[in-house]
Amino acid sequence: MIEKLNLLFVGVGGQGVLTASDIAAQVGLDLGLDAKKSEVHGFAQRGGVVESHVRWARHVGSPTCERGTVDILISFELLEAARWVEWLRPSGMVIVNRQKIIPMSASVGDAVYPTEDVLLSVLEYHASKVIVVDALSLAAQAGNPRTVNTIMLATLSTLLDTDPMVWETVILRRVPSKYADVNKVAFALGQRESRR
Amino acid sequence: MKILLSGNEAIALGAWEAGVQYASAYPGTPSTEILENFARYPGIKAEWASNEKVALDNAIGASFGGARTLAAMKHVGVNVAADSLMSLSYTGVKGGLVLVSADDPGAFSSQNEQDNRQYARSGKFPCFDPADSEEARRFVGIALEVSETFQTPVILRSTTRLSHSKSAVETTIPEEREFRPLPKFERETGGVQRVIIPAIARRRHPEIEQRLRDVAAWTADQAFEKGINRIEWKNKTLGIVTSGIAYQYVCEILPDASILKLGISYPLPLENIRAFAAQVETLIVVEELDPFIEDQLKAAGIPVAHGKDIFPLCGELTLAKVRAGALQAGLIDDSGPAVILDARPEDVPIIPSRPPALCPGCPHRAFFYTMARNKRNAIIAGDIGCYSMGVLAPFEAMDMLISMGASIGMAHGFKQAGGQEAAVATIGDSTFFHSGLAPLASAVYNRANIVVAILDNRITAMTGQQQHPGTGVTLQGETGQEIDIAAVVRAMGVTFIEEVDAWDVNKMNKSLRAAMKHQDGPAVLLVRGACVFTPHFHRQPQMQVDLEKCVACGSCFRVGCPAIIKSEVIYPTNNKPKSAIDPLLCTGCTVCMQVCPTNAIGEAND
Repeated sequence: MIEKLNLLFVGVGGQGVLTASDIAAQVGLDLGLDAKKSEVHGFAQRGGVVESHVRWARHVGSPTCERGTVDILISFELLEAARWVEWLRPSGMVIVNRQKIIPMSASVGDAVYPTEDVLLSVLEYHASKVIVVDALSLAAQAGNPRTVNTIMLATLSTLLDTDPMVWETVILRRVPSKYADVNKVAFALGQRESRR
Repeated sequence: MKILLSGNEAIALGAWEAGVQYASAYPGTPSTEILENFARYPGIKAEWASNEKVALDNAIGASFGGARTLAAMKHVGVNVAADSLMSLSYTGVKGGLVLVSADDPGAFSSQNEQDNRQYARSGKFPCFDPADSEEARRFVGIALEVSETFQTPVILRSTTRLSHSKSAVETTIPEEREFRPLPKFERETGGVQRVIIPAIARRRHPEIEQRLRDVAAWTADQAFEKGINRIEWKNKTLGIVTSGIAYQYVCEILPDASILKLGISYPLPLENIRAFAAQVETLIVVEELDPFIEDQLKAAGIPVAHGKDIFPLCGELTLAKVRAGALQAGLIDDSGPAVILDARPEDVPIIPSRPPALCPGCPHRAFFYTMARNKRNAIIAGDIGCYSMGVLAPFEAMDMLISMGASIGMAHGFKQAGGQEAAVATIGDSTFFHSGLAPLASAVYNRANIVVAILDNRITAMTGQQQHPGTGVTLQGETGQEIDIAAVVRAMGVTFIEEVDAWDVNKMNKSLRAAMKHQDGPAVLLVRGACVFTPHFHRQPQMQVDLEKCVACGSCFRVGCPAIIKSEVIYPTNNKPKSAIDPLLCTGCTVCMQVCPTNAIGEAND
């Protein structure tokens, strides 16, 4: 049974990062732990970086994690995983969606979006385990590209000693009922893929 | 039942549970969700006001009628409401009145980091300072009781980190509640105090000073009995006075210290703090932003060993900053989690920054593209909203921005002082109703030759799509009266008004140039196009780049659209990458197509 967990969800505004972190925090509460989550809305969300902290423990104080204490970094975008990877604790893990969203500094400006190989090598340097998920194509395969966050949560659930049913229940409680079936499929698909 | 609620959701719940009958607000990050959530409860009335002063005035009227009431706003919104707030302290209240001030340490979504606890001191009323969602919920009800007991307005001060963090709250499913009409209005007799003319203000001032002493006495006993202020005794080597979210960081970084946790940061129970200080070897104060508590303790002669000498005055507090301060003062010796920064792989890339940008399809894009092309002989006064991003590359088309509604007044002043360039004010629809009407009246009256570009995207966009007087839909989803901006402008006496389709680049250019030449008072451009997040926005067939025709000139990059990216194909003549369009992002707004000189951009043909 998990006693304490620090999760950091990152990505780009509009990817569903905040919904995913909401669900992860609620799972902690449903598992009988205390849970908090924290993020900042507003200006940054317009195509900017989104970060959301989720903490589980017997008692959680600060709603944000300290740099260097994150157990699992869940990144919805390749570049963002590299930006935040130093928040991992030694031997922390990374789940990263293999999707690139080119920032304006690279599309308009002179900055360069590093290659996937380079970004993955940075992740592998810091993390004990890096799981790359083709979340967008898996979500499409499940029947709706907007189930990316369910795919990511399914992957996360396989790394934790928790009952997958708790995750699925919280996800289904959160999504509109007409999307329940497609999210069920996405959750199963995400779990199956990450166990392979 | 335990559920996770954000600080804002918890404030809404607390207000409803405590019987708040009427609440009013103007949206502003991080306060917006308070009213959005309160509006969903039964038996209440919740409204968007056109600005924060109106919201507070609405609440004051409700309170004088006997209702429990709440007004919510971001920290800088309190500046707008301050005229009423400062005198409300003198009039006092009837029904409990809580003003929620959501401060933004870190200025995540704001123009400054002002610490609104200072308003409580200068206005001489109490300030509650919750540390998590459960406290936020509970404190609203107690703040309302205090407001009624002492006939005073009360500030409940949140911060971004509290408002936007979720923590567990004990709650039940709300039962049905009927909206109750107010009892018959009771006119004040004898010592009138709600009509604050000078003679009454002079009489009231000493009463306000006495009220503050009475509230201070309450914070010294009742507030401890109710657990709003409390002492957590541990090791007496170190004692910490703290409040709000800072308390959470203190608990983690200094778990062995004794803590005096204040739920009310003004007025302070000074004698209780003095007694606490006498029982610990070293006393420190941990608080975000100003040394608000620290200064009061020092003024009272309470020995404070450390405060703002080790904890930062600027920016949001974090675990790391509290740790760094405690380390510096030798209070702890754990330097915290080791972050491996040395010995990284040699080819560690520079991670490109990801600045916020106007969304694909944004109705502000063509205006700022056009403004950037015409900025050589113009100054641009901006305003608060998504369009403040006009200052960013590639537009760089904004020269000044200071507060809500200031664009028109600044352009006016620049021009009347003898400014040689055309003076253009850019202001959104919601901001126009917030505080654009008065400066426009002033500009018309004084015949200031300025351009006022009203960027009407049919919503309050930056804060997450709230309705306003120009949309005619109320907060609770009812049909209100929609106000026609063009008719208002015309009625004010503006002689030049042109309506422009927000995505029509040629028309935008012609109209802007004509407006800049206008010499008979303000020229108004009404740029109309719905925000992409509203149901009024319609996606069109997506665009794609014909790589045969693209000459990598970079024109399309100058519209600043996140959907336009560099392709892998290099144009040999200038050795630059040709453009491509990300089909996941493109909304088909056609602005890039209109600016492409080689007609390389067109509808995707699949």
